[in-house]
Amino acid sequence: MTVLAAAEHRRGGLRDVSYELISAGRELADALGTEFYVAVIGGTVAEFAEQLNREGVDVIYTVAEGEEFNHGVYTQAIASLAADLDPAVVMMPNSVNGLDYAPAVASGLERPLVTDVVGFEVTDGVTAVREMYASKVETTLSIDADRFCVTIRPNEWPGAEGTGDAEVREHDIEIDDSRVRSTVTGFQEVGGGDIDISDADVLVSVGRGIEEEENIELIEELADTLGATLSSSRPIVDAGWLPKNRQVGQSGKVVTPDIYIAIGISGAVQHVAGMKGAETIVAINTDPNAPIFDLADYAIVDDLFEVVPELTAQFG
Amino acid sequence: MKILVTVKEVAEAADDFELSENGLDIDERYLEYDLNEWDEYAVEEAVSIAEETDDADVEVVSVTIGPERSEETIRMALAKGVDRAIRIWDGTIEETDLLDVEARAEILAAVVADEEPDLVLTGVQANDDGFGATGVALADTIGFEWAAVVNHLDLDVAEGIAHVHRELEGGVEELTDVELPAVLSIQTGINEPRYASLRGIRQAQSKEIAPYGLSDLGLDAAIVDSPLSLTSMYEPETESSATVFEGDPSEEAGQLAELLRDRGVVEA
Repeated sequence: MTVLAAAEHRRGGLRDVSYELISAGRELADALGTEFYVAVIGGTVAEFAEQLNREGVDVIYTVAEGEEFNHGVYTQAIASLAADLDPAVVMMPNSVNGLDYAPAVASGLERPLVTDVVGFEVTDGVTAVREMYASKVETTLSIDADRFCVTIRPNEWPGAEGTGDAEVREHDIEIDDSRVRSTVTGFQEVGGGDIDISDADVLVSVGRGIEEEENIELIEELADTLGATLSSSRPIVDAGWLPKNRQVGQSGKVVTPDIYIAIGISGAVQHVAGMKGAETIVAINTDPNAPIFDLADYAIVDDLFEVVPELTAQFG
Repeated sequence: MKILVTVKEVAEAADDFELSENGLDIDERYLEYDLNEWDEYAVEEAVSIAEETDDADVEVVSVTIGPERSEETIRMALAKGVDRAIRIWDGTIEETDLLDVEARAEILAAVVADEEPDLVLTGVQANDDGFGATGVALADTIGFEWAAVVNHLDLDVAEGIAHVHRELEGGVEELTDVELPAVLSIQTGINEPRYASLRGIRQAQSKEIAPYGLSDLGLDAAIVDSPLSLTSMYEPETESSATVFEGDPSEEAGQLAELLRDRGVVEA
């Protein structure tokens, strides 16, 4: 009985969540009193194995199949490892690619799956902590099974550090090509164009609270007055009110300005992933419980439609 | 060609919500029900494929696992151009949390077996529980190919391929060719969901919403038995250490302006 975590890489590099998986996996393995294994599938596996050899990893399995992520290959590789190792827990990242294979792994292994886990509690059994209702509440979910699968939320656990003494084992598998029915033909960078919001020292960022497209003007005026750059959260870009290159967050840009002014942004985890590195965060929101205030250095709990014109006027 | 769209009615909690007495959910009085945001984009994608394709016989069918209350939401999808709807519910389902992805996939798989669609569209995730797993689990269960988090779809029915973009993190898209039949989980922003027209709303009144229970689908009640159970719900501890600017809007703005001047944002 072990905990087996699957590392994530893209275009030649391991992604940060791989090291977070090591922290989360080791934590759970300790609580269960078992060993902790990491699997890395595809790409330059030997090099990846070296980088993954951090404190807490007992064995690293390398599966040298393919270059980039492919869910057909990943599901077969993990099924093969699970058949050999019989891990109690298969742990995967709750990333975009994680969402593309973890449910199929769980379904194939006929195990329950808990996704987007932010914490574990181990007593008699394992309980997973996860959020619901757009992060308004946390819940605990007891898992009444000896074997299960989980995906963990990125940026929740610290990345594992230190050098480990893991053994590296090559795991050879025979890929059934008839079960690889998707082909990655390339990658495309999006959100280019006239402006790079990640260069800005001051960002004035607008979210769903702005309600209507014509109200964006209000925020634009403020940004102009302050000599700041205008950015936004996802819903504004989804609605087509601002171009993709203005989007801050997990699927947009990661920004680290000196000052980030979040206006009408609740602070969903995907947004926070893109701006938590800002030096000073100011939030204006009507909802005192909005998660953005957990992060903010300065807060105004009030109606943006009243505060923003006043603020612009202060510099008039 | 037939497209099956899975839609879910989800609850959004009011800002000042309270938990219900058993502590396992938000008090019903603070919940407002609506069509899941991601599913709106999936519905739009299905309907626009039906409109744009040369094949006049594209049928769009929606499937929902939900109580009678959800018919109002389903009607909105019908008003936007879905041809007919299936709603699955019975006493057995009502008694479960239905948190188990496998159970949901099994139920939807039974519908796929009946309907034999060429393409299944789902939302990436549901707003309420945010599991984000049903589409891919369904694909594995029914033996379809799949792609998760699709933000661009170009369907080549003659070739039997869906050319998709998957929205990865950090402003990168993966370009992927997916063999049909397939399940695609649709990301927000892929299109601009339409508003229902008055004509559409009128027409929706006469469209079919077929009610099914587990036994109608040939499923055993045991498939909803789940090893997962919700044991507690609570408001996360707030860790706010923010300096709050108080007063009326003018005073609040004044304090923020002072901060910005101190930080050299604009010339004092």
